[in-house]
Amino acid sequence: MPPLLEVKELHTEFRTGAGVVRAVDGISYTVDPGETVAIVGESGSGKSVGALSIMRLIPDPPGRITGGEVWFAGRDLMTLSEEEMRRMRGSEIGMVFQEPMTSLNPVLTIGRQITETLEQHRGMDRAAADQRAVELLGLVGIADAKRRLEQYPHQLSGGMRQRIMIAIALACDPKLIIADEPTTALDVTIQAQILELMQKLTRQLGVALIIITHNLGVVARYAQRVNVMYAGRIVESGAAAALYHNPRHPYTIALLRSVPRLDRPRPPPLAPTGAPGQLSACFRSHELDITAGAA
Amino acid sequence: MTVASAEAQPLLQVRGLRMHFPVTEGMIARRHIGDVKAVDGVDLAIQRGETLGLVGESGCGKTTMGRCILRLEKPTAGEILYNGIDIARLDRRELVALRRRIQVIFQDPYSSLNPRQKVGSIIGEPMMVHGVEKDPRRRADRVRELLSVCGLNPNFADRYPHEMSGGQRQRVGIARALALNPEFIVCDEAVSALDVSIQAQIINLLEDLRDKFNLTYLFIAHDLSVVRHLCQRVAVMYLGRVVELAECDELFDNPLHPYTKALLAAVPVPDPAVEAERAFQPVRGEVPSPINPPPGCVFHPRCPLAIEQCRRVRPELRELRPGHWVACDVVS
Ligand SMILES: Nc1ncnc2c1ncn2[C@@H]1O[C@H](COP(=O)(O)OP(=O)(O)O)[C@@H](O)[C@H]1O
Ligand SMILES: Nc1ncnc2c1ncn2[C@@H]1O[C@H](COP(=O)(O)OP(=O)(O)O)[C@@H](O)[C@H]1O
Ligand SMILES: [Mg+2]
Ligand SMILES: [Mg+2]
Repeated sequence: MPPLLEVKELHTEFRTGAGVVRAVDGISYTVDPGETVAIVGESGSGKSVGALSIMRLIPDPPGRITGGEVWFAGRDLMTLSEEEMRRMRGSEIGMVFQEPMTSLNPVLTIGRQITETLEQHRGMDRAAADQRAVELLGLVGIADAKRRLEQYPHQLSGGMRQRIMIAIALACDPKLIIADEPTTALDVTIQAQILELMQKLTRQLGVALIIITHNLGVVARYAQRVNVMYAGRIVESGAAAALYHNPRHPYTIALLRSVPRLDRPRPPPLAPTGAPGQLSACFRSHELDITAGAA
Repeated sequence: MTVASAEAQPLLQVRGLRMHFPVTEGMIARRHIGDVKAVDGVDLAIQRGETLGLVGESGCGKTTMGRCILRLEKPTAGEILYNGIDIARLDRRELVALRRRIQVIFQDPYSSLNPRQKVGSIIGEPMMVHGVEKDPRRRADRVRELLSVCGLNPNFADRYPHEMSGGQRQRVGIARALALNPEFIVCDEAVSALDVSIQAQIINLLEDLRDKFNLTYLFIAHDLSVVRHLCQRVAVMYLGRVVELAECDELFDNPLHPYTKALLAAVPVPDPAVEAERAFQPVRGEVPSPINPPPGCVFHPRCPLAIEQCRRVRPELRELRPGHWVACDVVS
């Protein structure tokens, strides 16, 4: 079976006062139908820019996709017209972001935001869309759907808003959902609710999921495959189990070693130790001051 | 009831602490319509040299606890004894002395550092304000020493905050907190904004400093995984109350309160083999409003073990094992 998504040598730059930032510097990976793939890495490593590039949502200027192909269901998204791309977003590919408040429209009711998507992308009439909206809220575990549909985003908790975003992402039966740090802003018990929900629904509906996160626990529980990003590149990728138990790239090793673990008593020194020379060569010039700032 | 052991007098003792914020309605004639019960009856003791972790999800009252201890809020009820003296009753002069001994490190190194001030003057400022190291040359030396103690190049004194990474800025925040040789530091989400590898370094630094200067920490965090490494004891808060308090390893290996269990289970372990085997059901619902907390046990609407009594009776902390306190009348 061919992959659902194939990213090939994707490059995205930003022109800034300080020069050109190669935020995404030639990444390639694939996602199979129904599969959950994690993109993991520390802040600034290019995870979000990578995802936004796939959706062609990079603000230009200052940003520009300078090269690469993104094959989705047999078509290179980079060659689609703006109009075709607009149809793709929100119907074939759903999106869930960290802060639902910025992606929801504050002056529209929850119900209207869901039905609008359905009317636009699926050509449903109002009655059919209303009914589907109720169904969708049930799907994402929101009780008393009728009342919720009449509320505005600010009247809901962060967890509820994220459930709504998932409902909107699923509204048009997409084949792929891209979730960028979908639970980072939420409390841990709500985080767990949302992640379990996403896992359940993507399995049940056979939707593929790209989950972007900096949390290695989340990756371990929810992803089948992992791409580790560092400084705009994928430095290591593979099956989750293999990558955790036999990491090869020094950055992956350092990253895994630095995660504190709840299930074990005090671990050995948290900061990466061994081979500092090798590490510093590998980490120079980045926010990630694994060695630079160490005491 | 106080959760103090029979040991020496604790450095800090909190008794029956309540901090209620009035909620008003109306622009002109403000009507009092209720209270946010941010902290609602907390007892805690911290021994000298100890690190007590204070964990719980956002809004449970951790920051408010810290602010009361720093005397940035005036509690509604209860007392906070520092070295046996109620800090609410201090006069101005005593308060100034207290401010030297208790310092704070905040979550966000960006917003807690003045962007227009050089690092040297940021760290030197508390010394100026409190009249220590009045000689500029000696103050500059002390700043350089503090930078180096915090793992930064002493030349960073001439930099601005925006010229540094997040981890480096947090080191500056720590150096500033150390400037007056404090005894007690409230670390409020001190590593929460940092990437994991940087978190690890800052935690190691806090640990080294604790040993070097015999510091006592109240280490506030919503992220449980950073707590296990640094703290000797941990208190878990939920909706303004401490629901469980125990030695660190005991709390993580043997959690007793249903909320603590839910909290720990919600954090996935960074090991796919462990996670593949681990079945779990996330705790249902969300944290209720602290304006109208549920009667009885505040956790009962979400609790898998709740029985009729939990709806009526507020559970007090009970010592179920030596040093392990739990506010739940169902578990034993
Ligand atoms: N609008 C922008 N202008 C300039 N640089 C940007 C912009 N957006 C992102 N970048 C840069 O691109 C890099 C990658 O950012 P991002 O993808 O957001 O990282 P991540 O999501 O992994 O934290 C960073 O160095 C960031 O500063
Ligand atoms: N100055 C204030 N006025 C009114 N409510 C407040 C104030 N400060 C905090 N609160 C409320 O008190 C509760 C506890 O807040 P906080 O102590 O910041 O929690 P945490 O640090 O655990 O996230 C929250 O519901 C918060 O909204
Ligand atoms: Mg991002
Ligand atoms: Mg707080």
